[in-house]
Amino acid sequence: MRVSFKKWFRGGDPWIWLNAGAVAISLLMVFSLLFLIASRGLVHFWAHNVLEAELVVEGSANKIVMGEMVDTESVPAIQLKEAGYPVPDNVEFMDRHLLKMGNRDVHGSDFRWILDSILVNRHYPENVITLERREWGNFYGYLVDVKESGQVIASGDTAWGAFSQRIDRALQIHEAIHVIEKADIGHINSEMERLRLKQRAYELDGALSPERQADLNVNRTRLENEYSDLQQRLIDLYTEINRDTATMRTANDHIVDIKLSQIVRAFQANKMSLTEKLSFYIEKLVEFVTEDPREANTEGGIFPAIFGTVLMVIVMSIMVTPLGVIAAVYLREYAHQGAFTRILRIAVNNLAGVPSIVYGVFGLGFFIYFVGSGIDQAFFPEALPAPTFGTGGMLWASIPLAILTLPVVIVATEEGLSRIPRSIREGSLALGATKAETLWRVVLPMASPAMMTGVILAIARAAGEVAPLMLVGVVKLAPSLPLDGNYPYLHLDQKFMHLGFHIYDVGFQSPNVEAARPLVYATSLLLVVVIALLNLSAVAIRNRLRERYKALEV
Amino acid sequence: MQTEQLKSTNTSETESKPKGHSIDISSMKRKSNALNLKDEKISIEVNDLRLSYGEKEVLHGINMQIPENRVTAFIGPSGCGKSTLLRCFNRMNDLVDGCSITGKIIHEGLDIYQRNVEVAELRRRVGMVFQKPNPFPKSIYENVAYGLRIQGINNKRVLDETVEWSLRSAAIWDEVKDRLNDSALGLSGGQQQRLVIARTVAVKPEVLLLDEPASALDPLSTLKIEELIHQLKDDYTIIIVTHNMQQAARVSDYTAFMYMGDLVEHGNTDTLFTNPAHKQTEDYITGRYG
Repeated sequence: MRVSFKKWFRGGDPWIWLNAGAVAISLLMVFSLLFLIASRGLVHFWAHNVLEAELVVEGSANKIVMGEMVDTESVPAIQLKEAGYPVPDNVEFMDRHLLKMGNRDVHGSDFRWILDSILVNRHYPENVITLERREWGNFYGYLVDVKESGQVIASGDTAWGAFSQRIDRALQIHEAIHVIEKADIGHINSEMERLRLKQRAYELDGALSPERQADLNVNRTRLENEYSDLQQRLIDLYTEINRDTATMRTANDHIVDIKLSQIVRAFQANKMSLTEKLSFYIEKLVEFVTEDPREANTEGGIFPAIFGTVLMVIVMSIMVTPLGVIAAVYLREYAHQGAFTRILRIAVNNLAGVPSIVYGVFGLGFFIYFVGSGIDQAFFPEALPAPTFGTGGMLWASIPLAILTLPVVIVATEEGLSRIPRSIREGSLALGATKAETLWRVVLPMASPAMMTGVILAIARAAGEVAPLMLVGVVKLAPSLPLDGNYPYLHLDQKFMHLGFHIYDVGFQSPNVEAARPLVYATSLLLVVVIALLNLSAVAIRNRLRERYKALEV
Repeated sequence: MQTEQLKSTNTSETESKPKGHSIDISSMKRKSNALNLKDEKISIEVNDLRLSYGEKEVLHGINMQIPENRVTAFIGPSGCGKSTLLRCFNRMNDLVDGCSITGKIIHEGLDIYQRNVEVAELRRRVGMVFQKPNPFPKSIYENVAYGLRIQGINNKRVLDETVEWSLRSAAIWDEVKDRLNDSALGLSGGQQQRLVIARTVAVKPEVLLLDEPASALDPLSTLKIEELIHQLKDDYTIIIVTHNMQQAARVSDYTAFMYMGDLVEHGNTDTLFTNPAHKQTEDYITGRYG
């Protein structure tokens, strides 16, 4: 039996289809976005095979090129023709490949688009070596020989063993140098700075007695001695690390001498088996998440940015939660419900709608220039004219975000408070508890899941926010983490790195766009993962609270 | 000192142990027609109590006396103001916006609506149990200890003793003694209600207000609550609001019938049910309306 259209419409079926369709489209968009950034970002860490091929150049001998093929696209032939490429007449589209040729110190640039048609005699030579270097990007070429203090100790294809063994040694020495420079000398520097500030503070107070001066000098001498010891060890280590060099030959028979101290990693991608490549992949991924960036953020890891993001979100949550909860308790429990509270609510909700950059400007103008410099005058006069809190930093980045997310916490908490059954409150009051005791002992614990909901929403909002941060303390490259082993351990005055800003910086401020592009995707993916993890942990806490304080079935 | 004053006025009209009456009746069902409101020691005295929500007056000048260590039941059709009156005794109506009260309620010689009365202390002395069980989402132990902790008692030994004593008084100790640290929300409705009574008893109030304590419970739990009321009346003045007239007849010594915000009749339960003085009361208890 046919159902008439009218009946079908009135039955509500179209609405179900409409709703389902909307949900499906949303899901599709989310997953395709994730898929896009994951697929673009994650291939970056794979050990790509290195292609060697000949480039047909009209009117002269073929040129040899070598590199990783990282992208392929179809281009309209007309466009190529206009750009001056030789194009056959009867084709509409032509393929071209993006070759990562590395060897920036030799070629000048390390990426090149090459038409599919002029790339001939392609092959993947087994003994080609990919070098990841601390400077100048990747190097692709063949190993000629390995030298120790200028003396050749291995050459030809057999040199690979000696080569990789010596790279490991160089890496170990580099690690030792890194530890001394970052941790030990960093510690001495921070101690020295504290001594200097102490002396300056005494001077400002007019309290620099000879005993104090002597005490300071003793400490300073001790630190200087420690420092010169370390300096000596560093000199030794540097001579050690610079002992070995390798002679490399590029595909075009350029001979290049490379210090082993400059090499981060060397591998023969074309020789590697699948399992080797997989373990290499995991190693690279771990490096990405745990190491410091190199080369203007286009190489290495993004650990400081992850750390900065997470710490900032935590500091923000610690500030916004009590403030929001107290405000909500006042609005819901104590304030007389009238026109004034209505206006207050509207104002609070509108806070959420203000563009975030406005909070950045507010943070800069009010907190940094006014409050921060006031703090400096009052508490850190010894450091002036160098600002302590009078410049962007972790604290000043967290506060605007806390204000930005305040409405979310207030609204969620109010919602939670309004859902606590009246009977529970009366039960407590009937036992002789005052209103404050009832709130503190019964109502607030029961409303805690709602508060967590607010915090979850606040985290999601704050972790993804970039615009205001650029004004109030996020930098492209921070010299040290805001949490370390030097007194006072948590440096809320320090500038820090942030994943969102990192994406912007690497993607749009980088001199080497092609090298940076996959990192933008990888970093985006990581930012999504970090936000998801922060959210999930908050959700886990909330679920535990819910279980504990589940309200009565009323 | 006000208490003493009140007591001195009472002694003249009260024989020392009114419990002696129930001895003449051998069965548990005390058909104590002999109980007379005039002979009782008075716990709460209500003088011309008027209560309005906004413009609407809900109680029109109530005058009554609640006897000490007796069970008084409030009956009447829905909306007659019996719950409202009950909630006046521990000032629960203060929480309602737009509620205004005139008249006096004197408990132990103290006008509880006086300005300087400490409401929290009053509510400790006049405990209340609500229609629906409302245990806190805490452990059974913490539910009972709550009132004590509010008073700043945190001594483990004192708490332990009081919790056990209260749970025993509420006849629920044997059921929960092995799971005191489990959530109170895991108990059945009847158990929860007895837990709430234990919680109320724990702060040692003088008066227990029960607002339809068994209306959300099954018959067996209701029976247990009624037995409990029977046990508790030796130590507490109990006022119970109920819709169930059989229940009122079973558990109470005195019954007050209210209608449309007025106290129609208040007297010995047996007398009121068997020989009501007013036509309205008779109509109500014989089921002609309400």
